[in-house]
Formats: sequence, structure tokens, C-alpha cells
Amino acid sequence: MSLKLEELAIGQEIGTRKIEVTRQDLVKYAGASGDFNPIHWNESFATSVELPGVIAHGMFTMGSAVQLVSDWAGDPAAVVDYQTRFTKPVLVADTTGSNEPGAVIEVAGVVGALDAEARTARIDLTVTFAGQKVLMKSQAVVKLA
Amino acid sequence: MTINPDLQGRSYPAAEVYDVGREKIREFARAVKATHPAHFDVEAAKALGHSDLVAPPTFAIIVAQRADAQLIEDPDSGIDFSRVVHADQRFTHHRPIVAGDQLRAELHVDGVRAMGGGAMITTRSEIFAVREDNQRESVATTTSSILVRGEGQ
Repeated sequence: MSLKLEELAIGQEIGTRKIEVTRQDLVKYAGASGDFNPIHWNESFATSVELPGVIAHGMFTMGSAVQLVSDWAGDPAAVVDYQTRFTKPVLVADTTGSNEPGAVIEVAGVVGALDAEARTARIDLTVTFAGQKVLMKSQAVVKLA
Repeated sequence: MTINPDLQGRSYPAAEVYDVGREKIREFARAVKATHPAHFDVEAAKALGHSDLVAPPTFAIIVAQRADAQLIEDPDSGIDFSRVVHADQRFTHHRPIVAGDQLRAELHVDGVRAMGGGAMITTRSEIFAVREDNQRESVATTTSSILVRGEGQ
């Protein structure tokens, strides 16, 4: 599939996604990324540094939220720029041993800008957890055909 | 403990080489719940014109955070890692990262700003590959701001 700039419009929705997160997912992300900060896997450590509990890595949220854009673009390498601010933590409950997620992150994307000269589209992501935005200015720039 | 204001403008030269392996791309892709076949299947990646498996858009964080560690672990910086909060992050890709790449990162401290009893520190990693003719090939630029919380913050 190849997206054409001329067929896109500002404000157009590219889709939505729900990301279910468990404590095990955070351990997997810690191992894959090399970020072993215990606030992401140890409850007593997290509360000792005045957090309400174990929180997801900001980079887990950023990294999983962009999958909506990779899939829409048809080629992950088309995402040439991606930025975000981390504003609120994603608190992940301990549901070990059950089939329930510890948190659900919701992602929605819209076309925020088009650049005809650079042949790019900027996708603006809205990323929420428990009804609150956890990322701000979350923008991915996609190279188009 | 206070953050050393002289950090601003400091650079840390590229240290070790990071070898991008296929299994690491697959592992990282699974960890961020990516399912695109270009991360897992070499033939799918080649069909899109890539030489090998393509890394997910935030994969470069592995290389960037290794470079950041040089600053955080520098005793001269005054940074207490247990008080660090990630404030923002950006990736600019000059070309895709693919399996087989050998990457290096040069770290620059672009900003140090006092905030309350703590500080906001902005770093930039210039990630590059070394070509056969020994010239640098820019691969990605990552920028990151961390907030080091002061006492009682």
C-alpha cells in the first residue's frame, strides 16, 4: 500500500487502538530496552519514591502508541520523525495470574498537517489512560509517496 | 546535591559500537507490541525495499540511552538517577535503522535549566554509522529532556 498526499486531508482520522498492558509487559520492555529502573517493576520501590505504584516506561507508551502510525503508513521506516512530551504516568495494576490487563492505553490518530514540498503528513496522536492524556504534542511525521 | 551548570555545551564522544541484530529488532518490536512484518520477516522487509529487518520508530532509544548513561554516570554531573523523570523525547530518522547496522552515538548536552530545586537537562545523540571509506553516515538524531527532581519535589 502506498499513501498519496493528494488523497489525505487535515483532520482525517487514521484509526484508533487499545493497548492492554500488564506488569509482565513492563518487564519485557525493560529487558528489550535496557531500562531497568525499578519504578517500572517493583511496587515497594515505586511507592518509596512517592509514586502511586508501578508505572509504565514513558518510552513503552511512546513506542507502542506509534504502531498505529507504522501500520497505517504500511512501512515502519516511513515514520521519519516522532516526538512527544510525557505528562502523566500510566499506572499499571498487578494482575499477575489473571487474564485482566493492568492498564489500558487508548490511542487515536488524525492528520494534523500536510507538507506538499517535503511529501510528508504529520499525524497527531491522542494517547489517554483512565480518561486523561498521558502524552502531549505526540506527533509522527510520515514520508508519503 | 545540585546539578553542575557547566554541563551545558559538554559533549561525550562516541564510545562503543552498537551492533543491530535481527533478534534484537524482533524482541524490541514485540516489547512495544508492534506486529508489522517488516520487523520480523526478512522477505517482507526486502519487499519494501529494505536490506534487512527494519527497526521500530523508537528503537534508537537503546543507543541513545547508552549514550545518556555516560552523562548520568559522570560523577561530575551531580545527577541522581533515582530522581530522574523523562520529560520529552524526539527521534529524527535520516535513514531507517536495519539489522546489520553498526551504530555509534555522540552525546551533546544542549541545555541545563534550573527548575525549583532541580534541573531540566536536554541532551542530543547524533547516531551514525561508519562507512567503508571511514566517512560518517548520519542515521538518526534523538533529543531527550530529563527532569531531575530536587529535594521534596
